[in-house]
Amino acid sequence: MSPDTLSGYAYWLPLVATGVVGLAVAMYVVMDGFDLGIGILFPFYPREADRDQLMNSVAPFWDGNETWLVLGGVWLLVAFPLAYSILTPALYVPIIAMLLALVFRGVAFEFRWVAKPHHRKWDVAFAAGSTVAAFAQGAMVGGILNGFRIEAGQFAGGPLDWLTPFSVMCGVGLVVGYALLGACWLVMKTSGDVEKTARRYARPLLLALLAFIVLISIWTPLQFERVAARWFSDRHLLYLSPVPLITAGLAISCWRGLTGRIPTIAFYSAVGLFIIAFAGLAISTLPYLVLPSVTFWDAAAPPKTQTFMLVGTTVLVPFVLGYTVFVYYTFRGKVHPGEGYH
Amino acid sequence: MDPLALVLSRIQFGFTISVHIIFPAFSIGSSAFVATLLVLWRRTGRDHYLRIARFWTKIFAVSFAMGVVSGIPLSYELGTNWSRYSVATGNVIGPLIGYEVLTAFFLESTFLGIMLFGWTRVPPWLHVTSAVLVALGTMISGFWILAANSWMQTPAGHVVQNGIAFPVDWFHVIFNPSFPYRFTHMMTAAYLTTSVVVLAGGARYLLQGKFQEEARTMLRMGVGMVAILGPAQLFFGDQHGLNTLEHQPAKVAAMEGHWENNGPAELVLFGIPDQDRELNHAEIAIPRLGSLILTHDPNGRYAGLKDFPKGDRPPVLPVFFAFRIMVGIGVLLILLGLTGAYLWSRGKLFTTRWYLQAATYSWPIGFVAILAGWITTEVGRQPYVAYGIVRTAQALSPVSAGTVATSLIAFLLVYTVVFSIGIYYIRRLVLGGPKPAAVAHGALPQGLPNRPLSLGAQPHEAASSEART
Repeated sequence: MSPDTLSGYAYWLPLVATGVVGLAVAMYVVMDGFDLGIGILFPFYPREADRDQLMNSVAPFWDGNETWLVLGGVWLLVAFPLAYSILTPALYVPIIAMLLALVFRGVAFEFRWVAKPHHRKWDVAFAAGSTVAAFAQGAMVGGILNGFRIEAGQFAGGPLDWLTPFSVMCGVGLVVGYALLGACWLVMKTSGDVEKTARRYARPLLLALLAFIVLISIWTPLQFERVAARWFSDRHLLYLSPVPLITAGLAISCWRGLTGRIPTIAFYSAVGLFIIAFAGLAISTLPYLVLPSVTFWDAAAPPKTQTFMLVGTTVLVPFVLGYTVFVYYTFRGKVHPGEGYH
Repeated sequence: MDPLALVLSRIQFGFTISVHIIFPAFSIGSSAFVATLLVLWRRTGRDHYLRIARFWTKIFAVSFAMGVVSGIPLSYELGTNWSRYSVATGNVIGPLIGYEVLTAFFLESTFLGIMLFGWTRVPPWLHVTSAVLVALGTMISGFWILAANSWMQTPAGHVVQNGIAFPVDWFHVIFNPSFPYRFTHMMTAAYLTTSVVVLAGGARYLLQGKFQEEARTMLRMGVGMVAILGPAQLFFGDQHGLNTLEHQPAKVAAMEGHWENNGPAELVLFGIPDQDRELNHAEIAIPRLGSLILTHDPNGRYAGLKDFPKGDRPPVLPVFFAFRIMVGIGVLLILLGLTGAYLWSRGKLFTTRWYLQAATYSWPIGFVAILAGWITTEVGRQPYVAYGIVRTAQALSPVSAGTVATSLIAFLLVYTVVFSIGIYYIRRLVLGGPKPAAVAHGALPQGLPNRPLSLGAQPHEAASSEART
């Protein structure tokens, strides 16, 4: 369907809905990113007391963070049922792997305390579950950028079509990125040895993430002509030049935050890096939701469904954000060694 | 479409949703119980309410975590395994689930953080309010998901074009014909089931001579709730059944093992329905009672299974037996509640050992009834996944049997291991019982250890958690 033939609601609603789904996904990536990152960093903290501190630093928040994942999936279903019905079977394997991994890491938050002193297995479950979930999410992004075989509005490929060297690289890249978010969170929210260790790991993680961003920025235009056209044809690069410039600026401020006295700068810069990378991916792919052929206009639910959802979103999301801020404010400040929220 | 992939996907969805429903049902009940206790504690100032509340908060937290992680897969399985269902019904069902996330999931998960970790961080009134909001969130969640399920049973407020449902009137979509009945029936089931667990826990401590003050409160609250909700559920269930007869007559015929509509219907107490030969083996039946129950008239008539084409009948055997299990347990629960209430009125509730012993064993039966009820209603809706709109066989994703077999095995292994251990931990928490309130609400300086779960550990673990903190 060409957007030129659409007018009014049929044109604007899918555009707005794309923004809303994008917001949910971005919220999820940032918020669950740092608590998955803490699970990824778990093996680097062998001491039980340190691990308690790691967990306590996110325990009041993880559940709310993960709710954005449900919202992202459900919003995709509501606003773009066609995209949902193609992408989820195409990504069957990584989605199921992610869901099972999230089971392990989610229950670990409660089971680990109840099981003490026999909690080692839940340490492993937490670390492995977080890492696998992060890898699976990255691999899904890679798979989506690759595109899928679609026939008659349905996925028509095999169960491992998503698995390519590119998607594996995206998976590893997201594990590194989440670990960076986790390390920056720990620098901000913990003290003593835990904070020191986080500072030590955060810098190489930042460099590794930048390497992945550069690699993806080179790989995608080389492999995908449409990405090259989007970024390099005519004067596009000039208009889009803020994206790499902002990325560089955020990387520098993250580095300085990690070496300096104000640790919050490092965390918010890392969050900014994620948001700008997400924007970069959106620039590369939109208006396609499912590559190579389904745009958000093609995939859109009827206006009646989208308006009902958008009304609810407009009214309710401010409340959600309000009490999310409230809970983060309630548990503000650092967790010190030898004390917890528990 | 691959028939094996269809069967495996049905097993997978049935398995994952059956495991899931246990935890939200218990979370709905236990969050309300904790909120009630905290409100009572604030109003009376009696410490044992706080001790029970803290103890049940730990149980609730473990159950809630299992509910969250077993719930997320469902919202994705709708696509991974049932993408054609999503296309056919997503326009209508999707927003209902979306509203559940926005109005309930965020409310629950955010205020849960304060409820579990905020004992010393926020003033007591705010902590109690958080507990009430969590309980409210679980109810709102039930509202939306039961609206969505009810729409799949008795669709309304929509039109179908090219096999895809489009919304016309959201009010009728949400308040579709079976929704008020299903919502009342299911929420009552959740509170009833949890009350039985509370009752059983209190009875156990009394028999063991432990935590006497807490045990008596738990027993009284449990018995009171079961004595009221048990008989009420009989009434709600009857009303729900009449509603089903009106909108899904084939389901009721399967529930009753009712094949022929050739006169006043008997009530089949027992039998083994035979789908192929269209009769019940080893049938024990009471004449005219079926008509009396379903039409409230001894000479009334209602449709039998033979009135529906063979291809439109649900599998009779599972529906028939699941329904009997649910009703049988319902009767037991009414007995449990009314006997307890009688003993209480005679002042013998805390000393009647046979009653307490029987009560001790009653804790799981409410969950069995919930599962049986869901099997009745979901299998009874077959062969449709959305009644009259999409058949289950047409709803499958383009996935191969091998892929689904792999994920099914993974789900079976992971769920069996993780949730068995989780239920074992809950059991151990219950057996451990309430601990003396080591910390009073808001009495400690900020940042000191006060995580409810650490207080629920076994004695040697409590020591280690002291060392930890």
